[in-house]
Amino acid sequence: MEGIYFDNNATTRVDEAVVEAMLPYFTEQFGNPSSMHSFGNKVGLAIKKARMQVQELLGAEHDSEIIFTSCGTESDSTAILSALKAQPERKEIITTTVEHPAILTLCAYLEKEGYKVHYLKVDGKGRLDLDEYKKLLSDQTAVVSVMWANNETGTFFPVVEMAELANAAGAMFHTDAVQAVGKVPLNLKDTKIDMLSVSGHKLHAPKGIGVLYLKRGTRFRPLLRGGHQERGRRAGTENTTSIVGLGKAAEMALEAMAFENTEVARLRDKLEAAILAKVPRSFVTGNPDNRLPNTSNIAFEFIEGEAILLLLNKFGIAASSGSACTSGSLEPSHVMRAMGIPYTAAHGTVRFSLSRYSTEAEVDRVIAVVPEIIAQLRKLSPYWEGDGPAAEPEKAFAPTYA
Amino acid sequence: MWDYSDKVKEHFFQPRNAGVLADANGVGDVGSISCGDALRLMLKVEPETDIILDAHFQTFGCGSAIASSSALTEMIKGKTLDEALKVSNQDIADYLDGLPPEKMHCSVMGREALQAAVANYRGEVWSDDHEEGALVCKCFAIDAVLIEETIRANDLTSVQDVTNYTKAGGGCSSCHEGIEEILVKVMSERGEAFKPGTPAKEEAKPAGMTNLQRIRKIEAVLEMVRPQLKRDGGDIELVDVDGKTIYVNMTGACAGCQMEALTLQGIQQKLMEELKEFIKIVPTKAGALSRATCHP
Repeated sequence: MEGIYFDNNATTRVDEAVVEAMLPYFTEQFGNPSSMHSFGNKVGLAIKKARMQVQELLGAEHDSEIIFTSCGTESDSTAILSALKAQPERKEIITTTVEHPAILTLCAYLEKEGYKVHYLKVDGKGRLDLDEYKKLLSDQTAVVSVMWANNETGTFFPVVEMAELANAAGAMFHTDAVQAVGKVPLNLKDTKIDMLSVSGHKLHAPKGIGVLYLKRGTRFRPLLRGGHQERGRRAGTENTTSIVGLGKAAEMALEAMAFENTEVARLRDKLEAAILAKVPRSFVTGNPDNRLPNTSNIAFEFIEGEAILLLLNKFGIAASSGSACTSGSLEPSHVMRAMGIPYTAAHGTVRFSLSRYSTEAEVDRVIAVVPEIIAQLRKLSPYWEGDGPAAEPEKAFAPTYA
Repeated sequence: MWDYSDKVKEHFFQPRNAGVLADANGVGDVGSISCGDALRLMLKVEPETDIILDAHFQTFGCGSAIASSSALTEMIKGKTLDEALKVSNQDIADYLDGLPPEKMHCSVMGREALQAAVANYRGEVWSDDHEEGALVCKCFAIDAVLIEETIRANDLTSVQDVTNYTKAGGGCSSCHEGIEEILVKVMSERGEAFKPGTPAKEEAKPAGMTNLQRIRKIEAVLEMVRPQLKRDGGDIELVDVDGKTIYVNMTGACAGCQMEALTLQGIQQKLMEELKEFIKIVPTKAGALSRATCHP
């Protein structure tokens, strides 16, 4: 499909080399890796290779620390539930207000089950207060779960430092790193991170495959019990084709690591600077000085994000938004609200997320299209008059039941 | 992405009557900035006749909010105020060939803007009785506030009760967990514990309809849809009503038509709206037989 795909934090295209690596495992190499005969044996070896490719990307000490799962959400649930089961005397969880729903919805459920969950706040740039964190750590903390990079703004959290602090308090540390893996060089063997979640489809592997990194020596209770697959830590016949695909994608991500952090970052910076220069009353959300190289989240004041996306889509441009309407809820993005972004801007946030397949020509095209789309929608906005916002916009338009 | 009709897209991409109406004499500002949808409706009314000469809008909102605003201005131009006030939110949605359930509130907002603008023109104060909570039942667009208030007002104790009184949970049933949570909360306020499996209150016919009234209502709805079916060379007749199941006979071109399921779904939705309860519409065997002969 033709079009400009700037929504790579949602999902990525599977690289053709990845597809090619996978194909034989649908047909001639269809065996079950657990079988004794040679049909299974070769598949077992392919999985072993994939495990080492992922180990390499994560900088893990042992390949046995890699557990293949079905997705990032499964990895997150497995990690947190395991930590609680393994330490029944500890009843508290520390996380942040801006985690992915894979963590927040699970935590809300665990609160109903009687666990105490502490949600770390963020400031206007999406940064955590480590003093608040230190005060919350105690011998009651079972697990700390903090994302490596925020999916909406790309902002990094100091997870390596936070893992040290958790470790000192005797608590386990988990990080949802689905956005960071493949874009940030990792060296987990030198950290105190006990568990880390990976999602294949965020790094050009297929959907339906994930990884839970589990540091050797971390006490563990499986989520799925059954066969001996993944050393009994995740029962269920292996998704062999996707595991092979993820291995290949991990190898390619490692090769492209420098490119992601130079060329992709350059394109992102160019896109962002040009839009900010051309569109009045727009600003970057999150922390521009410390974030993923591919992500730019821009708030366009006084208009609504779904309308922006529909017009972008008309021009063949794919992005996403933090508006309430795109999520089907009645509130704008919890990440924007947590950073204190006012409603009139939070609903108008648009996330552009690039990949190593994004081109300069695509960036130029988006730069050319965005300002007119924004101007077009602002003409419809009750907050806007002529070429600028109404004087005192909040007073100029104050609808009933606001 | 939302499944918007072509009409919604057309009114979003080419909105009619957008922008400030300089000599407006009736203005209504409604909506909620926290929800991300708000609308200013501007009317120019001829004082002698009460006819709306012109209508413009400005909207902060999503595609369907802009489309609903645009549709509303087209629908009310040339009408008298009293005629215009008869436009319901369902009329706005119908004009746009339907809106997704999560987006029906956009049409409600249009209707409220109209009331507010007319009140403003007449020098009255329009107060809003609208309170919207998180959407719980997506099949029937029922929010948490309505469910909570209905449980409280009627001392409800089971999910089935809630479905009987509000329709919430009567469709795909994925919101039953959410309804149970609201029951737990409201029941604990009155010192009761929610017990799963509690039998529903006697299935009182909603709004106190007698069987006869109910059947007449069903017939009236079917009468409403018949002209359209007849245009397509088909027809529908009521066979029987058994509790929540309504048996019908699809005849003529309707029997065995590939669109039959879709047509029935539409009629079922209309019936549920009119009866304010969850019902199931089932084509009878006679219909199935004629299908079998048509398509051996």
